[in-house]
Parts: sequence; structure tokens; C-alpha cells
Amino acid sequence: MGYRRVDMTSAAPPLARTVVLEFQADLSTAARSRLARNDVLEGLRLWRLAWTLGWLDIRLRYRGSMLGPFWLTISTGVMVLALGALYARLFRMEAREYLPFLALSQVLWAYMSTLVSEACTTFTLAEGVIRSVRMPMFVFALRTLVRDLLVLAHNVVVILVVFAIYDAWPGWGALMVIPGLALWICDSLALTVLLGGLCARFRDIIPIVNSLMQIGFFVTPVIWKPAQLGEYAVYLPLNPLYDLLEVVRGPILGEPLSALVWLGALVFSGLLCTATWAFFIRARGRLAFWV
Amino acid sequence: MQTEARIDVEAVSVSFPLYHGSARSLKKTVAAAATGRLGQDRQHRVVVRALADVGFSLRSGDRLGLIGSNGAGKTTLLRTLAGIYEPVMGRVSVHGSINALLDPTLGMNIDMNGRENIELRGLYNGLPRSVLPRLAQDVAEFAELGDFLDLPIKTYSAGMVVRLGFALATAIRPQILLMDEWFLAGDATFMEKARHRLEAVVRGADILVLSTHALEIVRTWCTRVIWLEQGRIKADGPTDEILSAYIAQANSAA
Repeated sequence: MGYRRVDMTSAAPPLARTVVLEFQADLSTAARSRLARNDVLEGLRLWRLAWTLGWLDIRLRYRGSMLGPFWLTISTGVMVLALGALYARLFRMEAREYLPFLALSQVLWAYMSTLVSEACTTFTLAEGVIRSVRMPMFVFALRTLVRDLLVLAHNVVVILVVFAIYDAWPGWGALMVIPGLALWICDSLALTVLLGGLCARFRDIIPIVNSLMQIGFFVTPVIWKPAQLGEYAVYLPLNPLYDLLEVVRGPILGEPLSALVWLGALVFSGLLCTATWAFFIRARGRLAFWV
Repeated sequence: MQTEARIDVEAVSVSFPLYHGSARSLKKTVAAAATGRLGQDRQHRVVVRALADVGFSLRSGDRLGLIGSNGAGKTTLLRTLAGIYEPVMGRVSVHGSINALLDPTLGMNIDMNGRENIELRGLYNGLPRSVLPRLAQDVAEFAELGDFLDLPIKTYSAGMVVRLGFALATAIRPQILLMDEWFLAGDATFMEKARHRLEAVVRGADILVLSTHALEIVRTWCTRVIWLEQGRIKADGPTDEILSAYIAQANSAA
């Protein structure tokens, strides 16, 4: 099964995609895996659609406002400023030491928590499309990713401004952020498929997920620094949110790579991707019935 | 390179699990599993059987009409052929390019203008960027949108939205055309024009599957009719024969 593309440059009216559909009940796991793999590949091939949909989501959300998505930047900036002034005092830290850390952490955390909460509606929001045309489900995961990456890109301005004010530029070591970001994209897609599917099936998961992320915000060093935990900081890598935050945040703050953090990040990502794949193989064909 | 269009359906059943109320809840499911009720729950799960043991084959040139009362499974069968619903029993095999006219407003966004919506539909259909301008021109001409093409769809009249949806859906020429009855609605002057366009698409398609209550349309276009009743095939045969039986039953019931 798959979508094979037809050459359309010569045809007068556009032709539809040529499709070969082969379904059978009680498929073997191998056959299900093949269908799931095709879904992912076809989804990637439709990246232009995913990009357009994700971009439209942002544009339509801020339609009619003069600053558009830069409202996000401003609200993040105000939040960082307010939190920064307050917590630098509470923690008795220098603003020049604390604010760059906070700006970076806050923006990265905002991405993580937005992604988790928007992952839940990945498939349910696309109900109309899913029920009226055959689409690779992976396209909708890509759409959520694109939307949240665009929001992140707008918020990055806050980091740049704060870093410029305190002259806190990281060195070339910051390039080590690239493998971290690659891992993020991988995990984001896996989480979107997993949560999107589970939330389509079980409608009471969304509040559970949101309150878990709320707890995650406090137990993860987002506004406080790992060093403040003293001797207990060694247990931090057991928190997957910490590991994943640190693989991107560490290099930008110019901290040396921590093997333990990366080990944790890779193990947790491996578990997430395996769970997602096992789920997707079973759930892919059922999603149209669930949404 | 195009493959020969064909559809083979063997003993297909599609059921909808009913996720009303408690079945939607993770809490209830976990609680049921914890108390050992899940196994029993699975066997006694309430499902609506939308299609039961449906089988037929279509080859190039076939024009199939699906008739039956509301809830007989016509739309579910179309969705199964389009690959939207994957069957829980049996086998479905469809070869060829498909266009399923199921939802006139597929993927449309009322906040975007006509032109953007046309491009979006092109992307949904996986069309390369190079054909998009031609698609936009074709659709705009047919739908007679004029200056409204650059205005958001929410400023359109209901008729304009119908015209745009219809023009978009019929701008794509598939080998296999699956049609639900929605497109037969519309004002009379538009219907005349729409019919010409639709007929061209139907003629261009190798296989037509049409679901409708409008028996006259079936008589004009279809060479074969499947009469569905409660998800099962009640009768399958040449158009005239099945239609007479269907009308006879409708009359005797009335």
C-alpha cells in the first residue's frame, strides 16, 4: 500500500494520486509495521502540507493583530523579566548570572509544555480531514511539530535580547546544541503520535497530562538551578524532563557535556520511541474510528 | 505510468466501537482492568456493525450505484473504499488514483481567502506546486467567484461556498471516483452547470461508485446497483432489475 505519484505536468486537469490500497483484517505484526512505516514515509513526503498547515495555525491564531505572533515574544519577554527580577532576589543571585539562565530555560520549557499539551489534540483537531480523505497520520504529527517550532523560533528573540544585554554569548561549544535539538525533534514527533492517539481514544487524558506537566515544571530545574539542590543534584538525571532540557540548555550555557545527562536522555527517548512505535502499529488503522 | 483501475472487496465487515460515556474514559478502563472485568468487557463491548460480509469486484468501465435507506452503510462503504476506514474483517484491494467526494468543505478554512483554500486543497491532494496555478484558474472560473477569490470564505454566500467546494472536488480527475450524494444539492441554475462538469469527470473515470437516494441519477449513470440494508448486501445486479425491486419494496412498505 502506498501513494504513488503520477506525473502531472502534461495532464490538463490535475490528476489524483495513484493509490494502491491493500487491507486485510488480522494483519501480522510485520504487515502492520510496514503500513505504519509507509504512513511515516508518506507523511514526510507531504512535508509541504504539514508546513503550510502548521504555519496557518499560527497565522490564523494571531489574525488581525498588528504584531501577530510577536505577541508571543512580548509575553515571554515580560514573563522572563518579572520572574527574573523576583527570583534573582529570592535566590540571592546576580541578575547578570540569573537572567540569561532563566530566559533560556523558560523559552525551552515553554516549547516542551506547549508541545505536550498540543500533542493531545493532534488527531482530534484534524477529525474532519481524517474522516473524509485518506491521509498519512504522520502529517498531523508534523503539523503540530511545525507549529510549536515556529512558536519557539519567535521566542528565541527573547533569549537573544537577554544574552545581548548581559553579553552572555556562548562560545563555539554552543554548536553541541545540534545533536540535542535533533533528539528533541525525534522525541517531539514520537510524543505527538503517542499522546495524540491516546487522547483520541481516551478523552480524559488531557487534564492528566496537563497536571503532570505542571508538576514537572516545579520538580525540573527550570527557574531554579541544579546546583541549588546541593548533594541531591545527582538524582536529577532520573527526571526525563531534566535530561531532555539539559541536552539543549547545557551547551548554550557553555557547560561541559554530561555523559549521565546524555545517557538519561537517550534511554528515555529510546523508551518513548519504542512505546510510540508499538502503539502506532496497533492504533494507526483505528484512529479514523476514534477521532 | 498508470495501473489498471480495479476494486476488490471480499467479505468485508466494519464495526464502530461505541465510545459513548464510560468507554471514552481511561479511568473506567483501568478500573475495569484492575478488577478483572476487562476481558468480559471486551467480549461484550457494544459495537455497531456498519458493514457485514460485503463483497464485490469492480473493473475498469464499471459504474456502481449504492442504494438503501439512511444508515444502510453506503457512506461507510465509500469511506472503506477510500481507505479511510480499515476493515476489521475481510479484504479490500483498490488500485488506481482515487478521488472521494465525501465532504464538500474538506480542509477548507473560513478565515482564508479562496485562492489560499485552493492551494491548500492542492497540497492535501499531494499535487506538485507547478499545477497549483492551473488548479486555481480552473476552480475560480467554474465557481464564478470573481473578486471574491481574494476575500475570506466567511464573507461568501452559502451558494458560493457550495460552488467553490464543488469546483475543487471536481477539479481532480481520478481513475476511481467515489461520490456521496451531497453534491447533488444546489440551486437549479448551478445544478445544470455542475452536471456538465460532473459528467465530464464521471466519463473520465474508469470506475464510479455513487451513493445516493436519487434513483434517477442512478438510472442515468450506473450500470450496476448494490442495494444495502443494515450493512449487508440485499441485492446486487443490473440497474433496472435492482431499482424495480427497490421501488416495489418501497411502495409496498408505504
